[in-house]
Amino acid sequence: MATTTADVLHAPAASQTGLWSWITTVDHKRIGALYGITAFIFFIIGGLEATMIRIQLMKPENTFVSPDVFNQLFTMHGTTMIFLAVMPLSASFFNFLIPLMIGARDVAFPRLNAFSYWVFLLGGIFINLSFFMGGAPDTGWFGYSNLTSKAFSPGVGVDFWAVGLQILGLASLAAAFNFIVTIINMRAPGMKLMRMPVFVWMTLVTSFLIILAFPVITVALVFLLFDRYTGTNFYVPSGGADPLLWQHLFWLFGHPEVYILILPAMGIISEVLPTFSRKPLFGYAVVVYSGIFIGFMGWGVWSHHMFSVGLGPLADSFFAITTMLIAIPTGVKIFNWLATIWGGQVRLTSAMLFAVGFIGMFTMGGLSGFMHASPPADLQQTDTYFVVAHIHYVLFGGAIMGIFAGIYYWFPKMTGRFLGEGLGKWHFWLMILGMNVTFFPMHFVGLLGMPRRIYTYPPNMGFDWMNMLSTIGVFVIIASILIFIWNLLSSVRNGKVAGADPWGAPTLEWSIPSPPPPHNFGSLPEVHTLDPLWHKDNEKLRQDVNRITGPIHMPPNSYWPVVAALGVTMLMSGMVFGWAVGIPGLLLAFVGIYSWAFEPC
Amino acid sequence: MTAHRNGTRWLRLTALLLVLLPIVFLAGCTLQQYPQSSLNPQADYARQIQGILELQTIWVVIIFALVQGLLIVAVVKFRNRPGAPEPKPVHGNTMLEIAWTIAPAIILTMVAIPTVLTIFKTQENPPPNALNVTVVGHQWWWEFRYPSQNIVTASEMVVPVGKPVRMTIKTADVLHSFWFPAMGGKRDAIGNRENHMWFTPDSIGEFPGQCAELCGTSHANMRMKIRVVPPAEYDAWVAAQQAPPMTPEEGSIEAQGLAIYRTSACIACHTIQGISPGAIGPNLTHVGSRETLAGGMFVNTPDEMEAWIKNAPGRKPGAKMLSLDAMKLKPEQVKPIVAYLQSLK
Repeated sequence: MATTTADVLHAPAASQTGLWSWITTVDHKRIGALYGITAFIFFIIGGLEATMIRIQLMKPENTFVSPDVFNQLFTMHGTTMIFLAVMPLSASFFNFLIPLMIGARDVAFPRLNAFSYWVFLLGGIFINLSFFMGGAPDTGWFGYSNLTSKAFSPGVGVDFWAVGLQILGLASLAAAFNFIVTIINMRAPGMKLMRMPVFVWMTLVTSFLIILAFPVITVALVFLLFDRYTGTNFYVPSGGADPLLWQHLFWLFGHPEVYILILPAMGIISEVLPTFSRKPLFGYAVVVYSGIFIGFMGWGVWSHHMFSVGLGPLADSFFAITTMLIAIPTGVKIFNWLATIWGGQVRLTSAMLFAVGFIGMFTMGGLSGFMHASPPADLQQTDTYFVVAHIHYVLFGGAIMGIFAGIYYWFPKMTGRFLGEGLGKWHFWLMILGMNVTFFPMHFVGLLGMPRRIYTYPPNMGFDWMNMLSTIGVFVIIASILIFIWNLLSSVRNGKVAGADPWGAPTLEWSIPSPPPPHNFGSLPEVHTLDPLWHKDNEKLRQDVNRITGPIHMPPNSYWPVVAALGVTMLMSGMVFGWAVGIPGLLLAFVGIYSWAFEPC
Repeated sequence: MTAHRNGTRWLRLTALLLVLLPIVFLAGCTLQQYPQSSLNPQADYARQIQGILELQTIWVVIIFALVQGLLIVAVVKFRNRPGAPEPKPVHGNTMLEIAWTIAPAIILTMVAIPTVLTIFKTQENPPPNALNVTVVGHQWWWEFRYPSQNIVTASEMVVPVGKPVRMTIKTADVLHSFWFPAMGGKRDAIGNRENHMWFTPDSIGEFPGQCAELCGTSHANMRMKIRVVPPAEYDAWVAAQQAPPMTPEEGSIEAQGLAIYRTSACIACHTIQGISPGAIGPNLTHVGSRETLAGGMFVNTPDEMEAWIKNAPGRKPGAKMLSLDAMKLKPEQVKPIVAYLQSLK
């Protein structure tokens, strides 16, 4: 179906090579790749932390790691997977895809985009340095007060955590503003809001959630840093504070954060399912509205993380009902995806398998979520392995499966080559087997009384064999990831060559060559429908977009975003490292931002 | 067509298995095998929660089977076959979409109503005859106070069967969460706050519990148990706990232990009624009557107690109790102290 339009009247700008071209790049596609590779490395680190946790819990009274190291491992596992793996993996897709999907040549602020990436990278390195500089944070990824106070956590771990999250928040905020402006302003002629692909919609909703949720955690962390550095008492009960303030602020950020993690994956599979069912997305408008509704409702449910603090029956009932309400748009999405497959012509490619896997596994996570939406049931389940099972069905079975669906789907667009389909299927089946062996028993071990975050358990509790099973499952997951890495490395060089539109997909990014030229579109497409490449005029569109009709201005490479990012990170990390790092950081940030502002573009 | 029929048969079998498996599993879970199970309610509060859980499980299994079944059937039935016609480009169906918006809403309502009723029922005021017990979380052990009976003990609470128990939940340091799965749900211990819950234990036995909120290094070692006993046994226990600590016989090893205890660093942290006033560690007035030591970590035998006193930080990571050197005690002084403490029944 794909007519080759790759060489139609297309004059590729000279692609630069070499390390310096990657450091100074402002090309959204390259920044997307950098985000993807970096986040994947952090994903491996977070996975190794999880593996150590599981080895420790493999049998009762194990002594593989000490309790303090165990607490550091689960804190860093959660922090890494959320802030350094899943969010930036989603950002990788935003970067690579948004301009391509809306028919633009780049994002609105290409240098700000580079700045976001470098701040993220440096922030990620900063927070992990804590392992070598006096101990990683060990108070959980949620850092409940007052365990985080100086009195109970005198080490630097909590400082690394709080400052690190501030740095990463800066990267997320800059990126989110960038994508909102890009999506609102830079859509191709004719692409009305309701003609945007669902992935673009979910990026928009996610970006709004980020710019609204991150200020909340920023304030919460500023209070915490004041407490730790200047002796204020925002969260210190002995100074008269109510430590619940932290929990309210944290979850007011934390619940929208859950949707920041899952909505991009929902966007991805809303692109993958129609392509491989050869059928438009069922109920496009409803899927979009559900996503928006979930984004709004995400603000009204935070206290369902806090049923055990004793908010009183009225508050418990309110948050139970709002939480159950969120299940409705989520269920609607699942049925719409099913209806998209129904009556189609399903091609079970690796990408499609992961998308189907997403529906199955995410549904499981949704159902356990529905169970602890009811406070009485939650009071037995919260802080047990039941909830560990729930979040991993949502974030591993959901977000990670969705991200892998996206990788298999768009890898040909990014590199011009397919990922191996045979290895892809091995990857999928081992991963879905491994995740169920790991996480399914956790539902039961939790209901049978095993709390979370315990570094050991006695032998007579009946927790033994289910923990052993979970640990075995992790090694199946590791095998699947190794297969994926092998697939990735071999396919980049030797994969089957993919054309511009190898899957016969409906959206704009498939109208241009793979990999796309630096300027993406020779001339900007005109969009008249939701599925432009499935429309009868698609041949004309494919030719038009690759025809260069006038001069194309692309922003030049710049190293000032890197300088500014380094300066800002050093400035903030001075909170931990001291003036000797902070002051040079301030100067560097000033020089970087000043030069960036007056740089010709 | 055959694929379709196979699909539905497979679906029916799976659905059956899905409904049966959890029931078989839960029926097989006894308290002997899983002593801390939340699925073996032994009090009214826990039973009410169990009711909600059972209702939810039914719906969850049905929805799970429906969605996974539809997913598998869709993928198998509509898989790509060579020469098949292009699928109809259906963009949606308003009636269907309304239907699958309303259906979940109905199911949710059917769970939400009993949920709200149970919330209010389990959080209403306890009956006036309830036994008041205050529990205080410490890093990393639980202190139990019976204010009306003037009893202070640690790691084990004793209650009479059939009598409502009203817990007041507090913390001495960081957040903890008080949880006896057999009695009911958790309640957090929060600084500057007093939390409450109540339950009426309905069967005699011993049920373990433990802290459920991350509270630092030895969070895993913050265990406790509740002993639900017949009323007469409870009265005897109260009488024993209210008695002053036993005075050892002149010249005995226990008397020697008491003499060492009086002049040791122990008195700075531990209370023995009439002997030492410390209030940091557990009250030892009747420590010999307790079944466990060190936040429920060890069985309270003379050997375990000796090993504990000799090396508390080594046996319980992060423990606030000092090492023997730091307490300036000689190893040979430990045995008499243990003999004395064990005599405090």
